[in-house]
Amino acid sequence: MDIAIADYLPILIFMFVALAISCLFVLANFLVAVNNPDPEKNSAYECGFEQFGDSRMKFDVRFYLVTLLFIIFDLEVAFLFPWAVTFGTLGLFGFVSMMVFLAILTIGFIYEWKKGALEWQ
Amino acid sequence: MISLAQTYFIEVMTIILYCLLIFVPLLLGVVMALYADRKIWAAVQKRRGPNVVGPYGLFQVPADGLKFIFKEIILPDGSDKTVFLIAPIITLALSITAWAVVPVQAGVVLANINVGILYIFAISSLGVYGILMAGWSSNSKYPFFGALRSAAQMVSYEVSIGFVIITVLLCVGSLNLTEIVMAQKTMWFFIPLFPMFIVFFISALAETNRPPFDLPEAESELVAGYQTEYSGMPFVLFLFGEYINILLMCAMTTILFLGGWLPPIDIYPLNAVPGFVWFLLKVIFVFYLFAMVKAFVPRYRYDQLMRLGWKVFLPLSLFAVVATSSILFFFNLAPGM
Repeated sequence: MDIAIADYLPILIFMFVALAISCLFVLANFLVAVNNPDPEKNSAYECGFEQFGDSRMKFDVRFYLVTLLFIIFDLEVAFLFPWAVTFGTLGLFGFVSMMVFLAILTIGFIYEWKKGALEWQ
Repeated sequence: MISLAQTYFIEVMTIILYCLLIFVPLLLGVVMALYADRKIWAAVQKRRGPNVVGPYGLFQVPADGLKFIFKEIILPDGSDKTVFLIAPIITLALSITAWAVVPVQAGVVLANINVGILYIFAISSLGVYGILMAGWSSNSKYPFFGALRSAAQMVSYEVSIGFVIITVLLCVGSLNLTEIVMAQKTMWFFIPLFPMFIVFFISALAETNRPPFDLPEAESELVAGYQTEYSGMPFVLFLFGEYINILLMCAMTTILFLGGWLPPIDIYPLNAVPGFVWFLLKVIFVFYLFAMVKAFVPRYRYDQLMRLGWKVFLPLSLFAVVATSSILFFFNLAPGM
């Protein structure tokens, strides 16, 4: 327990230092710079035109699809990490079972490909 | 007698000092990287690049930074102002935080944790949040589309980066970055894993939104992508975050494939040079490659980019995991076997 804390405490502190420095940059900007907003300056940028329509609109469903695929494959990568680290000691059983797992995943991947989930038109 | 609280205080203060020891060179590195990027790009196009402020234009980037501090922070009317300001802060803080586990020399690292590479992988995944928050909170069309594209692009290439890291881990048998470097004492990994080195390099370009994959910032279609509405220091925070991420990717390439702080050949005059010098030289070399790619290669179209990520790199790196593990298994080369 103590060892774990000793290892990770610097990271936690580093995170706070990084956050503090980032905030300081913005704060310094707020203190030094002038601030005189006007409606034209504060309107959303649309190449000089008045904004038409809401910008939070419908977007392509493929972005959802990509994130879904990402979750599947990233989960798989997370699953591979402990296997890769202990690979030398797992022996034949560890090797074969992961190959079977990867084969099943590859079948799923081929299915996605044939279904056109990876197409961008 | 020193009380327990005092010892803890001293310890925490020492760590904060170390943190600043990482942060200051990192900031200097970003400034130099920005300068080098512009200079190399200019040299390729037979221009001079920044050459007015200071000797050889060396103070151009600090001068730009100083100028940005005096610029007004514009908060768009329709924007979600809290999230709008938090987004750049998170982006920079996360990109700095990842450097906590990067070893620049044997034993010279802030936190030598056992899951080093997993930590970097996790922190760099979180970088997407800063971009999504920026795009969503701006409440403007260009940032919104830029953020969507950027997020989709980053997650797509993260998958192949993950598989490439797995192939390296198979050869090392540890997640610790120091041990990954030490495993390359006999041979740097870019020799046996050369195709993976290429895949990692290109994925790193895409992951950090560098040209030729800088579609979120393709100014002909999306103005400046997710940072269109930003001005002043928040804009600089995005810029710094991006360049710190680029340097991190250079450092990761160095650690995973180019032998970290190890000298090219372990003979006298070379191994007398301190390790961090080698590390720095390699990082500079990889950054030089990044800059050259920016200067040479025309921008990809978005569908080409996604096709490259999902239909070329993903199958290729998946196959590489199978091939590497098979070779290691059948020739009894795996560590600990």
